[in-house]
Amino acid sequence: MPKTYEEINEKIKNKKAVVLTAEEFIELVDEKGLGKAAKEVDVVTTATFGPMCSSGAFINIGHSNPKIKITKAWLNGVSAYAGIAAVDLYIGATEIPENDPANSNGKGFFKYGGGHVIQDLIAGKDVKLKAVAYGTDCYPRKELETWINIKDLNEAYLCNPRNCYQNYGIAINKSNKTIYTYMGVLKPNLGNASYCSAGQLSPLLKDPFYKTIGIGTRIWLGGAQGYVYWHGTQHNPHVKRNKNGCPIGGAGTLAVVGNLKEMNPDFIVGTSMHGYGTTLTVGIGVPIPILNEEIAKYAALKDEELEVSIIDYSEDYPNCKSSDLGTRNYKELKSGKIIIDGEEVPTASLSSYPKAVEIANILKKEIKSGRFLLTKPLQLLPGTDWSEKFKPLKLRKKGE
Amino acid sequence: MVTKKLVLKFPKKITEQPIIYKLIKDYNLVFNILKAKVDPDKGGLLVLELSGEDKDYAKGIDYLEKLGVKLQPLEKDITRDEKKCTNCSACIAHCPTGALYIKDRKTMKVEFDKSKCILCEACIPVCPVGAMRVDY
Repeated sequence: MPKTYEEINEKIKNKKAVVLTAEEFIELVDEKGLGKAAKEVDVVTTATFGPMCSSGAFINIGHSNPKIKITKAWLNGVSAYAGIAAVDLYIGATEIPENDPANSNGKGFFKYGGGHVIQDLIAGKDVKLKAVAYGTDCYPRKELETWINIKDLNEAYLCNPRNCYQNYGIAINKSNKTIYTYMGVLKPNLGNASYCSAGQLSPLLKDPFYKTIGIGTRIWLGGAQGYVYWHGTQHNPHVKRNKNGCPIGGAGTLAVVGNLKEMNPDFIVGTSMHGYGTTLTVGIGVPIPILNEEIAKYAALKDEELEVSIIDYSEDYPNCKSSDLGTRNYKELKSGKIIIDGEEVPTASLSSYPKAVEIANILKKEIKSGRFLLTKPLQLLPGTDWSEKFKPLKLRKKGE
Repeated sequence: MVTKKLVLKFPKKITEQPIIYKLIKDYNLVFNILKAKVDPDKGGLLVLELSGEDKDYAKGIDYLEKLGVKLQPLEKDITRDEKKCTNCSACIAHCPTGALYIKDRKTMKVEFDKSKCILCEACIPVCPVGAMRVDY
């Protein structure tokens, strides 16, 4: 019997909703069969906790006296985008201080950047603000140096254009020298394989055809209730899928928003990738309403049914070439080793599975207690029938 | 026979003495230097594996302590900030001895067996959240 969002929310309000994490739901389906499990369960919670570079926060710092229309600003020495109205700033996760040596003096360590500023703000630490302006009649001030704290900001909200990648390639290094990538340090000659997904817990792998997730979906974002506000940038539903509907590469993405003032620094973490740069590790939980058996079937997909391609980051990835090294499933990846070209390669994850489990359980508790109601999306994410195709950049002359 | 990994901290006033030479010659100890950093203005730091007969070893340690060298077992020196660690596992592929490893493939929690740690510091730059630290 199909259920509706309204029916499920009524049960949540009465604290009678049956809520399981995706891990628990898999076990229930194994035990009772899909039909029975789909009937019994109202919501399955999914989650992920991994580095998500396309992240940042909008803040409004309030007006000083006299007023300033900021043209350039720095938070703890990290440049924030000021090309919006007078005292609105956007601090991006991958921005690094201008005096960071980056990779100019050996591979950089990138100890501090925009992601760390965001975590410091959430943690309630004072952050140093420097700003300059050219001055106008209505905004005469030309410079500013002070300390700000999240509690004094008018608004502070995380606004991430691309998070929660549906799936992500396994990174390896075929070359004979160590390489430093956003997928971590990759040792030469297939020395290690790095992956980044919560697999059977990961939100978009449990709703692979976007039947419940879309604009307006209420999510758990870094400890706060947030929302999906659009499909994420580079959203690509057309990626090749396996027989279970699992895209074997990047595919779908979410653009998400949430109140920074309600977040927890344990779940929004400034991150440094050696030789690459800074980023932000983001914790996201997405509830999947079990409206019918088809949605339940996808929500019950297991690690061994979810697979992803292997990509060489020494030569193929930087040069937009496909690697043709096949796919591996998450059960294999989580075993600690995979076989590539007859060689045993140790695996490790950049995304934290234990943290994803923790988030799925927090969200489950929130829903069961009646504090977290589900929202019916205003519009689902673009699906496999989407007319837009994912495009590379063509370098060309004007008019070509 | 005893073999131990030790961290030796030298005060600056004794950095010019041939201490290691004496350990070999007078106390019959065998050593393998894992890490060394000596600055005549600031003092020195030496991480080594020291082996020898029980009696010689005890005398050697006594000699070092009398000189004012601070000694501590190696395992105390690399620490994991448990609050910062997110259990992502980025470190495990870079740990050469398996001191950082996953025991339970269901929970995927990252364990740290300090007795296997050789202080190579490979885990420190690869930890995305700066949870691994060397303390001397």
